[in-house]
Amino acid sequence: MTADQGGWDGPEPDRLYVITRGRSGPSGPGVFDLVTLIVSRAEPTPALQPEHAAILRLCRSPLSVAEVSAYLELPTSVVTVLLADLLDDELIEARAAVPAAELPDRALLEAVIHGLQRL
Amino acid sequence: MDYSGSDTVVGPAGTDLLPDTVTTAVKVVIVGGFGVGKTTLVGSVSEIRPLTTEETMTQAGVGVDDPTGVEQKTSTTVAMDFGRISISERLVLYVFGTPGQERFWFLWNGLFEGALGAVVLVDTRRLEVSFEVIGRLEERGVPFVVAVNGFPEAPAVPLDELRGALDLPDRVPIVACDARSRESSRDTLMTLMHYLYELAAPPAR
Ligand SMILES: Nc1nc2c(ncn2[C@@H]2O[C@H](COP(=O)(O)OP(=O)(O)O)[C@@H](O)[C@H]2O)c(=O)[nH]1
Ligand SMILES: [Mg+2]
Repeated sequence: MTADQGGWDGPEPDRLYVITRGRSGPSGPGVFDLVTLIVSRAEPTPALQPEHAAILRLCRSPLSVAEVSAYLELPTSVVTVLLADLLDDELIEARAAVPAAELPDRALLEAVIHGLQRL
Repeated sequence: MDYSGSDTVVGPAGTDLLPDTVTTAVKVVIVGGFGVGKTTLVGSVSEIRPLTTEETMTQAGVGVDDPTGVEQKTSTTVAMDFGRISISERLVLYVFGTPGQERFWFLWNGLFEGALGAVVLVDTRRLEVSFEVIGRLEERGVPFVVAVNGFPEAPAVPLDELRGALDLPDRVPIVACDARSRESSRDTLMTLMHYLYELAAPPAR
């Protein structure tokens, strides 16, 4: 399904409700941006909820929140709830996205321009 | 999609792993109407197979006072494509494609928050969507450039005529683009970056 078509074909809402135990993600700008990089700080243990364990396995190398959402096939609003749990328990590290400055700084843009030149 | 538990989660291919040295991620957004080439452009520049992330739109329904205490909500989910470009050992750029129609603007909150800027992809056969998008980006203060995807069936409109039709300020770059081409798509992103650089430049003394 694509956004252009609208509709629902993801996991049923009930299932999402169970995964998050009824909690919903923060609606405003929170700790997690779509491109906040997540890195595991621990190996999964059998005591963990399966979704939490899956995130720890996925993020052995840095992955953005958007990528975690894509690989888990869960909405980002659900993924951020799970990530908040893991962050509370210090099982992951979150490398925050560049703060939403009015305008990005020139050094950063220069780096991006150089990187794109090599593409 | 079938979400059948963590054991079946397929992660990134070995070649798609980011090194642990990456500390910073930035994002840009490709926005435009249906069929304008967003997914194609993301795929052209991405170093990974483009991925899809879902966002749910929840609206409190009629059953809010349900005695079980469980809110009745209607959920719609929409998907966004995105890709990734490694810029350096420390920096990675994500490119998101998102539909421009007003009913999808709820997606824009998390998306444009902290985005470097946007590329408005334009199909000359359907300028209405571009109007809405450009107006909305201006309102939100998101810097953007305009890229015109050249479809063979579309009337070839000179860029300055389009600038007039879209009521674009002179300083906003407008370029032609073929989203199917990696070079052309890369150049479009480059146009955005140079524009952002100019905007960020300290005022001349
Ligand atoms: N001629 C031409 N066709 C394109 C271009 N970009 C995309 N297309 C085609 O237009 C169709 C829709 O593109 P898609 O990327 O799915 O559009 P989206 O809905 O914006 O994601 C596909 O069949 C593409 O092959 C372009 O720059 N030139
Ligand atoms: Mg698409």
